[in-house]
Amino acid sequence: MSQADLHEKFPQIWKRFTPKETLIRYLWYAGIVFMAVWSVSNLDIPWFYFLDAHVQAADLFTRMIPPYWPFFIDIIPPLVETLHIATLGTVFTIFLAFPVAILSARNTTFNKTTWFLGRLILVTSRSVNTVVWGLLFVAIFGPGPVAGIFSVAARSIGFVGKLIAEAIEEIDVGAVEAIEATGASKLQILLIGVLPQVMPVILGTIIYRWDINIRESTVLGFVGAGGIGIILYSSINLFAWHEVSVILVSIFGVVVLSEYLSIKARARIT
Amino acid sequence: MFIIEGLSKTYSGGVTALEEINLEMLKPQVVMIIGSSGAGKSTLIRCINRLIEPTTGSVKLNDQEITTLGKSGLRKARRQMGMIFQEYNLVDRLTVMENVLSGRLGYVSFWTAYRRKYSPEDVSAAYELLDRVGLMDNCNSRADALSGGQRQRVGIARALMQRPKLLLVDEPTASLDPKTSRQIMRLIVELAEERGTPALINIHDVELARSFADRIIGLAGGRVAFDGTAEEVSDQVLTEIYGEEDWSATIKRDAHDPNGDNDNLLSRIDKESSAG
Amino acid sequence: MSYPTTWQPPRFFTNPSVRYAVIIAVLGYFLLSYLTLEVDWQRTLKGIPRAVDIFQRMFPPNFSRWEILVRGVLESVQMALAASFFGMIIAIPVGLCAANNLVPKPVYYAGRAFLGISRTFHEVIVAIFFVKIFGFGPLAGVLTLIVASFSFIGKMIAEDIENMRPGKLEAIKATGASFPKLLLYAVQPHILPRYIGVSIYRLDANIRHSTVVGIVGAGGIGQTLAASFSRYDYGFSLAILMTIVSLVFLGEFFSNWIRAKLR
Repeated sequence: MSQADLHEKFPQIWKRFTPKETLIRYLWYAGIVFMAVWSVSNLDIPWFYFLDAHVQAADLFTRMIPPYWPFFIDIIPPLVETLHIATLGTVFTIFLAFPVAILSARNTTFNKTTWFLGRLILVTSRSVNTVVWGLLFVAIFGPGPVAGIFSVAARSIGFVGKLIAEAIEEIDVGAVEAIEATGASKLQILLIGVLPQVMPVILGTIIYRWDINIRESTVLGFVGAGGIGIILYSSINLFAWHEVSVILVSIFGVVVLSEYLSIKARARIT
Repeated sequence: MFIIEGLSKTYSGGVTALEEINLEMLKPQVVMIIGSSGAGKSTLIRCINRLIEPTTGSVKLNDQEITTLGKSGLRKARRQMGMIFQEYNLVDRLTVMENVLSGRLGYVSFWTAYRRKYSPEDVSAAYELLDRVGLMDNCNSRADALSGGQRQRVGIARALMQRPKLLLVDEPTASLDPKTSRQIMRLIVELAEERGTPALINIHDVELARSFADRIIGLAGGRVAFDGTAEEVSDQVLTEIYGEEDWSATIKRDAHDPNGDNDNLLSRIDKESSAG
Repeated sequence: MSYPTTWQPPRFFTNPSVRYAVIIAVLGYFLLSYLTLEVDWQRTLKGIPRAVDIFQRMFPPNFSRWEILVRGVLESVQMALAASFFGMIIAIPVGLCAANNLVPKPVYYAGRAFLGISRTFHEVIVAIFFVKIFGFGPLAGVLTLIVASFSFIGKMIAEDIENMRPGKLEAIKATGASFPKLLLYAVQPHILPRYIGVSIYRLDANIRHSTVVGIVGAGGIGQTLAASFSRYDYGFSLAILMTIVSLVFLGEFFSNWIRAKLR
């Protein structure tokens, strides 16, 4: 076999992508970079702020150190309140999320209208941030933990409900068919055929959301919806940086602890 | 006691699954429906309890017309028809007992089902059935902890828990090994005969059908191609149902060796491995 | 032979005293939390007519100042896009450093600790600090969202690498490849699908979160929203909320579309 034949049979050039694929890939890259550049340039970012940013940061840091530890006694009640807001809000979610999930899952909803209604509730709940829900519920109930609990629940329904609805759409339809064939009513089918199948997802998501909610409730106080956020906000406004650091450290502790508990609890669900 | 007349099903895509099916069962008997995949066996079974809505035709169980029933009437009718499935269709995360008791759902209220407070008669009937299918010790196990054969036994107990007037059985052994298949089929047939319950059984294993059926119905292309006793199933009948193939082995074998192909192979492997 | 006539589902807690203890603990917790929260029922109940009043004032939504609305939404979207872009880039080194099976232990611990700290604090708290350092405006918001993005994407990258079968890494190491080559031939192909998926999800999340950093003055539509609430301008609030919901809905639609395409 001559050299030319060999090259014919075993080419010396190998490319992973065809020219067209390469072009498309570079177009994607270009598009992404263009989006980023367009966004940054439109935001009117005052770049000179970066010049003394490190000075500002260092200044802030030195003001926060050392933390004023005796202050910790004062923040225990709001810290406990934060935990209550997160927990009670999550408990409310358990009862609300499952019915909404049933409406939003294609295989358990009643008709097109109820499906759309379920989806609308989910997307509304999810797109509005807990703190924004806080604004609304503070306007309704006045400042305090009640507004906080409602905001946590309002935001969690979308999160938990969406995941449960996805789980419902993936259940074993055979078991549901079998329950239907016994002459069970629609409610009984949901109770015996559907609920047990999605139970692990419900528990797992609820625990996961509980741990997210603890994080969320640390800032609800910024809009007056109770918890540690109120103290944090006032300490920052009073430039009491030694107190701020105490609060931050305790938030850190609570959040890390709750995440640890949540991971441990979720690992036990079968 | 059970009559199907002119039953047809055309799916929304325009595919005709069943065409003018007529079937009469005047005494309790075990009727096996054979036919190739896609012949309409599953559709026929499901059109009877309307898990699939038939397009036209009539289904009568003990003089009650099923096809025209409203929602709650249909639920009452479904109570009287126990169904057994190929994939067992148990609720995996519930216990065996809860699965068996779910056969009573058509009779009890939502709250009874929620609190799992079934009547003493139901509970002892469930125990009796579990004992009969050989799962007395497993009643508190979760369904997903059982083997395939055991799961099908739970499925059978659930269907019989309804005290059905008719058993609808859809490929009960298709997911099981040959030995378990025969055990399960024997159990279904025995229970049907004990209780005088007519049974309609879909099956693709002609051998198994011939050894257990009182009567065999062959479906081909959504129509009844054969209706007769096991002995009447001949080469020519099988060709009509399934198409051209050498059927001599299928027909002859059951005279001296009741086991199917795979069973033969398995027992051969068994012998070889024990010899070596 | 007669059969038992009662049956009870197996209990979660087999020991009855443990079961009662748990029930009492749960009830006790609710009682305790109720007492410590000092719920003012009178004020809470007054909330119901107030809610009706607010909803009445919300309808119809007031789109008359749509220019402010569009400007705010655009700013939010730009913040989300910029933050996702930089977050995606920073996430790669951080994520690699936090993968147990890839880097030496000290680097791993440093990487994990960094990810842990940046994930712990809520965006609003982070935003406050950036506002203190960089002043009011979208810059603080973008930086906040960058922190949220890289910590999220970085954690996913690290977990994805740790879930790799060791054989994959060994096979490439066995060819005598250097560390960068290892990254290119073993790690990059493995994490790419997940990385893209998570990044798109994060873009979607950033659009949602960009509405909240505005509440502490870090730019975006949230600033406008908070202002409308404090002026009791509920018609405008609803208009903003409806815009956010439809924006998120669109974003979700878009990210589902891309993810379906990538599959």
